[in-house]
Amino acid sequence: MKVAVVVQRYGPDINGGAELHARYIAEHLARHADVEVLTTCATDYVTWRNERPTGVETINGVPVRRFRVKRERDPDGFGRRSEHVFEERHSIRDELAWIDAEGPTSRSLIQFITRRAAEYDYFLFFSYRYYHAYHGARAAAPRAVLVPTAERDEAIGLAIFKPLFRGVRGVMYNSPEERAMIHAVSGNHEVPGIVVGVGSDVPNNPQSNRFRQKYNIRSPFAVYVGRIDQNKGCNELFEFFQGYLRDVSGKLSLILIGNSLLPIPQHPRIRHLGFVDDADKFDAMAAADVLIMPSYFESLSMVALEAWALSKAVLVNGKCDVLKGQCIRSNAGLFYEGYAEFAETLHAIEANRWLAAALGRNGRQFFRESYDWSVIERKYLDMFERLKTEAPKRTMEPLPGWLERRRRHVPAAKDVVANLPVGPADGELRGDARRRA
Amino acid sequence: MSDFNVRADSVNVEQIMEQIRARIREKRGVDYTEQQIRELAAVKLEKFLDPRSVRSDLLEYFRKTPPPPERPNYDFGEDTLFETHRGVVRWFRRLLQPILKLFFNPNPLIQALHIQSRLNTINAERESARHGIDQLYYELIHNLVLETTRAGIEIKNLKMRVESLASRVEFNERRARALESVVVYKSDEERQQRPAAPPAPIPIEGRATQPSAPPASPSTAPTPPAVEGPGQRSRRRRRRRGRRGRGPAAAVMNGENAARPDTPAASEPLSTEDLSTFTGAESHRSETPATPADSDRDSDGEDESQ
Repeated sequence: MKVAVVVQRYGPDINGGAELHARYIAEHLARHADVEVLTTCATDYVTWRNERPTGVETINGVPVRRFRVKRERDPDGFGRRSEHVFEERHSIRDELAWIDAEGPTSRSLIQFITRRAAEYDYFLFFSYRYYHAYHGARAAAPRAVLVPTAERDEAIGLAIFKPLFRGVRGVMYNSPEERAMIHAVSGNHEVPGIVVGVGSDVPNNPQSNRFRQKYNIRSPFAVYVGRIDQNKGCNELFEFFQGYLRDVSGKLSLILIGNSLLPIPQHPRIRHLGFVDDADKFDAMAAADVLIMPSYFESLSMVALEAWALSKAVLVNGKCDVLKGQCIRSNAGLFYEGYAEFAETLHAIEANRWLAAALGRNGRQFFRESYDWSVIERKYLDMFERLKTEAPKRTMEPLPGWLERRRRHVPAAKDVVANLPVGPADGELRGDARRRA
Repeated sequence: MSDFNVRADSVNVEQIMEQIRARIREKRGVDYTEQQIRELAAVKLEKFLDPRSVRSDLLEYFRKTPPPPERPNYDFGEDTLFETHRGVVRWFRRLLQPILKLFFNPNPLIQALHIQSRLNTINAERESARHGIDQLYYELIHNLVLETTRAGIEIKNLKMRVESLASRVEFNERRARALESVVVYKSDEERQQRPAAPPAPIPIEGRATQPSAPPASPSTAPTPPAVEGPGQRSRRRRRRRGRRGRGPAAAVMNGENAARPDTPAASEPLSTEDLSTFTGAESHRSETPATPADSDRDSDGEDESQ
């Protein structure tokens, strides 16, 4: 079986969620199938500048074929187009222009997929919202398996993606919430799909003391791992944590790990360590009392899964359906929807050691049952087997005609998203978690 | 958050979140929704906006501040560029306008300036409207400051009342403890060494009718009352318990011989003081004083059961 993993960027130094997800999947599927990665020469997701040479290279035993991006992204132009399609009534043509503006616009990659589709059994397209996934999945629809990594943002409300979700052979969802959202937006119930997610290579013996000594941290702390960005809810985290610091009964510090796009508040109990390697990251998680995930938009928080794998309690933003759903299904994390809840939940985890330990234990169990690599690999292989035996029920719908594409009848994506169902979905994992509890 | 009633081996996140929310509600007093809070705030603000409640020089000062000066503006029409008071010049300009348009197109310029003039007008209107809103804001801020100050004073008063109540409670407790400690316990010998004129005995039901009961043995000088020690109350209870098991209390107190009803000591009427000491009726204010009849009933009942 030959499988192509198609992703916007690829490399051991690229730590974006979907890109890391794709790399892990490629490396693990390579044990069972002939896997090749098709990607671009870009490493920067803002500009898509070509920084790697074209051609084939091998990364961790997986061949990686790179294609040039035709033009860099113009952030201003993309911003204007985004505003137009998200906020106003528009046409299909506007949406196609939006996806061209978003990039990475690599025509050569799409041409390669079109020409060589027959050589592969399946194409795994990561991140539905990018140019490569949209045009690539249309070019190789009978072999296309989509890993949407969809979040509840405006992009999911764009009309061009509905036929995409309905036209691919299979969909590998990250969470029951993501599946419910995509079902609601596109009505692709007939398309074979399964909630899979991704595993993580968590070390068996992370050294919490090593981390404390290296960074001279003595007190108990909560940790945030990821890009420190407004889109990740870090502004709110800073505001809430500063409120928590005003309460004298709280003893936790906040340790931030990751590149920062925001000014970090100046406080002796808030420390930013910048980007650290994986060993330090896992050591930090092992040393922490709790991991905080303040993001509003997540399709699957790998960091939360890693914390659970290390038996750590997690505190997440309850306004993110996926994170809240994960916490409820696993019984391994608390969630907040405002400052009062943030402070109380943090105090609860801090003051009740048994609670933190029980949440951590449940998290580890949840990780083992649902996100262990053997489970993930099996789910992918089962899906490929299923697709081999089942005939496709639908084909990819063609794009509307010249005039139809120009009709301004498509509602604002924001309005579409506002009408989607909210709240954590009742996934198949929930029953297991309840029984375990 | 130490009061979770969830067992460690059965964590249920939804249940814990419910408890946390209940705790937050408890802290807040009432769990208002955002909408309710806004409604409440609106009601308050309406009250504040009542001009009769405004008592501020500051506000007057703000009111006296002059409105912003009128900013210069102009009307810009299609012909403004070619306007002149000289009729001939105007005529020539009109005549040559098509030629001018060969060199450049003045229309976008005219349009832009026209829009600018409209914008200026809108801005001026907005500025004047803002001046009115500013007055409203000043009024609001003034009243908020006033209310905050009032609330601060009220909090201070309440604090003082709480402190005063706390000290009174403390004083009462100390008084109660002191009263407990002055309850006198008298042993049998002390009772026998009672002064010559003992207080009149309270007739006890069933015993008061015994005229042959001999008076208590006289004593020359009363012994000072023994102050009850810390363990005496519990000793009294033990004694009472023991009495139930062994017969009438008087018998227990007077030794084995006294337990017999035919002995003189057993039939001796008890004084009020003795009874109160014996039953411990005054040991605590909250306890109902046990009447002598009660103590008799106790002993009688025990006797019957025996």
